[in-house]
Amino acid sequence: MKWEVVIGLEVHTQLTTQSKIFSTASTAFGAAPNTQTAVVDIALPGALPVMNKAAVDKAIQFGLAIGAKINQKSVFARKNYFYPDLPKGYQISQFELPVVEGGAITINVDGVEKVINLTRAHLEEDAGKSVHEDFHGMSGIDLNRAGTPLLEIVSEPEMRSWQEAVAYAKALYSLVTWIGICDGNMQEGSFRCDVNVSVRPEGQKEFGTRREIKNLNSFKFMEQAIKYEVNWQIGEIEEGRKIQQATILFDPDTGETRMMRSKEDAHDYRYFPDPDLPPLVIADEWIDRVKATLPELPVAMQARFQSQYGIPAYDATTLTSSKEMAAFFEAVVAAGADAKLASNWIMGDVSATLNREEKTIAESPVSAEALALLIKRVMDNTINNKTAKDVLKKMWESGDSADTIIERDGLKQETDTGAIEAIVDAVLAANPKAIEEYRSGKEKALNALVGQVMKGSGGKANPGMALELLKKKVS
Amino acid sequence: MKTVKQLSAALASGQVSAVELAQDYLARIGQLNPTLNAFITVDADKTLAEARAADAARAAGNAGLLTGVPVAHKDIFCAEGWKTTCASKMLDNFVAPYDATVIANAKAAGLVTLGRANMDEFAMGSSNENSFYGAVKNPWDLNAVPGGSSGGSAAAVAAGLAPFATGTDTGGSIRQPASFCGITGIKPTYGVVSRYGMIAYASSLDQGGAFAHTAEDCALLLNVMAGFDDKDSTSLEHAKEDYTRDLNQPLAGVKVGLPREYFAEGLADDVAAAIEAAVTELKKLGATVVDVSLPNTKLAIPSYYVIAPAEASSNLSRFDGVRYGHRAADYDGLADMYEKTRAEGFGWEVKRRILTGTYVLSHGYYDAYYLQAQKIRRIIANDFVAAFNDCDVILGPVAPTTAWNLGEKSDDPVAMYLADIYTLGVNLAGLPALSIPVGFGKSVDGKAGRPVGLQIIGNYLGEAKMLNVAHQFQQATDWHTKAPQL
Repeated sequence: MKWEVVIGLEVHTQLTTQSKIFSTASTAFGAAPNTQTAVVDIALPGALPVMNKAAVDKAIQFGLAIGAKINQKSVFARKNYFYPDLPKGYQISQFELPVVEGGAITINVDGVEKVINLTRAHLEEDAGKSVHEDFHGMSGIDLNRAGTPLLEIVSEPEMRSWQEAVAYAKALYSLVTWIGICDGNMQEGSFRCDVNVSVRPEGQKEFGTRREIKNLNSFKFMEQAIKYEVNWQIGEIEEGRKIQQATILFDPDTGETRMMRSKEDAHDYRYFPDPDLPPLVIADEWIDRVKATLPELPVAMQARFQSQYGIPAYDATTLTSSKEMAAFFEAVVAAGADAKLASNWIMGDVSATLNREEKTIAESPVSAEALALLIKRVMDNTINNKTAKDVLKKMWESGDSADTIIERDGLKQETDTGAIEAIVDAVLAANPKAIEEYRSGKEKALNALVGQVMKGSGGKANPGMALELLKKKVS
Repeated sequence: MKTVKQLSAALASGQVSAVELAQDYLARIGQLNPTLNAFITVDADKTLAEARAADAARAAGNAGLLTGVPVAHKDIFCAEGWKTTCASKMLDNFVAPYDATVIANAKAAGLVTLGRANMDEFAMGSSNENSFYGAVKNPWDLNAVPGGSSGGSAAAVAAGLAPFATGTDTGGSIRQPASFCGITGIKPTYGVVSRYGMIAYASSLDQGGAFAHTAEDCALLLNVMAGFDDKDSTSLEHAKEDYTRDLNQPLAGVKVGLPREYFAEGLADDVAAAIEAAVTELKKLGATVVDVSLPNTKLAIPSYYVIAPAEASSNLSRFDGVRYGHRAADYDGLADMYEKTRAEGFGWEVKRRILTGTYVLSHGYYDAYYLQAQKIRRIIANDFVAAFNDCDVILGPVAPTTAWNLGEKSDDPVAMYLADIYTLGVNLAGLPALSIPVGFGKSVDGKAGRPVGLQIIGNYLGEAKMLNVAHQFQQATDWHTKAPQL
């Protein structure tokens, strides 16, 4: 039987506010345990939550970025359950009326575009952390994270493969970091994914029973977890067993998923509107104010790059994979480089080197202006493309400018026809067969000889000029 | 017995110092508290330090109207450095590390803390018998309950252990003990007094307020307590008022509404007689009486006893033994620690309401109970809005009877809940209301009758009008000057 996979995601993004969602304590990561806690975060008797408007700003930004509806009135609700890292015994979240409803994100898998619809995005507070280190058989509680603002982004179950799920997660990640509402630090838990997975026979309308993989904080783990889970579910069904709804965890060490709790153990969260917080009312002026601060979004920028710079769609998409890369590209072009050449260099040698060194473009030792100068030296035939690659390497290591390196290492192209002619003559003399082929109509036969000319010139010959000379001599 | 107004004048003239005043009250507390049990915590050193600071402020020319006046605080307001127990074993070891806004405001006004007043555990109760620290006695009759939940505050003022006191009112917890103890007590409009640092029972109903002998003194304390607070999201953004401003307005032309449902079956004859006499007195002062209706009065009880426990079940989840307060000594794992801690730390009434609240919020019951109760709540509020189209204030009894005997209803929680019938609607609607003494009921067990309170309900933010009616009544009568023999 052919099986179809159905996946929906719930992503918890930590919002980049200075203070917590309902208290004035700092959200900075890594402080000594329980030092970033106001009375609200410890849930002292009598403590009351006060909404941090900056968190709402960020939720609105997200809603605008995905073309969603911003609810004029949304309601905070209490999700009640006992756990030591949940100091109040309830989490303040949104249940019936979330701040953001609807919206969509476009993903691209192997060149095929697909629109994934979002159900909702709602504001809530993060819990603290249990610390299971050596406390003489006891557990420690660190409440620094308690009350950190989260935007939980819920998709429709519209993904049909792990590739689509990962592409969606990456697109979402790229968007929230692009608009700056999340720092994207997955290691520190800033972007955590719960993945709902089910399978059904191809053609069947009803969904299968889903299991929810909790708390994946890397795209690699997401891929592994979904692959494992899909195989497991298909195996179970094919062996005649039923899938039971459950919450499961992925263990990266074993590469397997395991049960956390079954549906029978599921909590009754006893949601009800939080009487400590009036409904969140967002007037049009608030939305307008946030709209004015929203940066140009990737989709708009891709269209502009194509029309303004005449680069292909693929290039525009790649260059807008991060805001920093897009800005770098525009700076290179602004400094006088040809747009397509700039795109080639950034997507090619620059990205490859950054990846190798695990750096972001913001950390590139070669500035946009320096790269533009290098490209200009190719454009004005001072050096050829191959030499330019070596020059970039030297720029990367030394921090010197392209001109300094070309001058110092004598890399200027040989444009003296006389000097090249001698080399061309020698190459032709050594390759009578190529000449014959060319004369019999095989145009490309001479191209192979260009390389030999280049070699003879120590790389300094202009390849275009070499080909011209070769043709002139044999015709 | 001296009013706050008199004490304020005596302090201003130098007739008495804040330290002397504090010592006088501490002495009386030392003498009578063992009998009345109105205070959970008294700390003379702390009190005298505050009094010395008040005297120093006065000497430096920085005294306000109430600088140096002593006050008793209900043990529900967190006060830095004071044991803040909410009358629960759960918080028997809890010393608050911060000040509630009410406490901070009282400090800023120079008030001197006499101690922490007893109450029903977590403000749940109408008799003050649900305290981990034992029941409070009614100063008028030591066999009677003082009312609750702010029974310690009311008893302290009635017995002259404090000139005025703070309290909280979720379903009548200021008005009913004020009525039972023969003093004046005001619960302002929801949102007027900050709830920050006030330990929550039912957040959408809880409201801080004041006890004193007179309406005028209540206005003075309310002036200190009230005001917008950005630390409480339900605090009203409302300009600071002087609640004494209308005290001396004549009552001519004031329309007082008598809801017929408040005078129907269930109201004891002796209470009805005292209320009717008070209404007659107000008419003499120029007020016009109109008949109004609050047709859904009876529904206030089921609505309240769903909503309040629902919120309480969630509000009290934080008492889990993890970070502060009581933790069971022996337990086996996390679930066992929670169970034992909460089983040991909470009293029966608190457990009853947590269970009720958990039930009504549960999957499958939420719509039938919680949502239904919220609908009734809106209907009840609308009834009041309609009634206020025809009158300026609404008058009625605070409770169907005078104070009952200690232990009389302890085994019958429903009977106790039914006694809240005239006070709950005000909280559900978020309205202000006060209670003033208007006489005594019939003799009980061969002893003198117990106090009767008249409830005056105001429109939203109508505190000044309510206080005006109460003050004018007190100018013409002397019920508020009566003191129990102790």
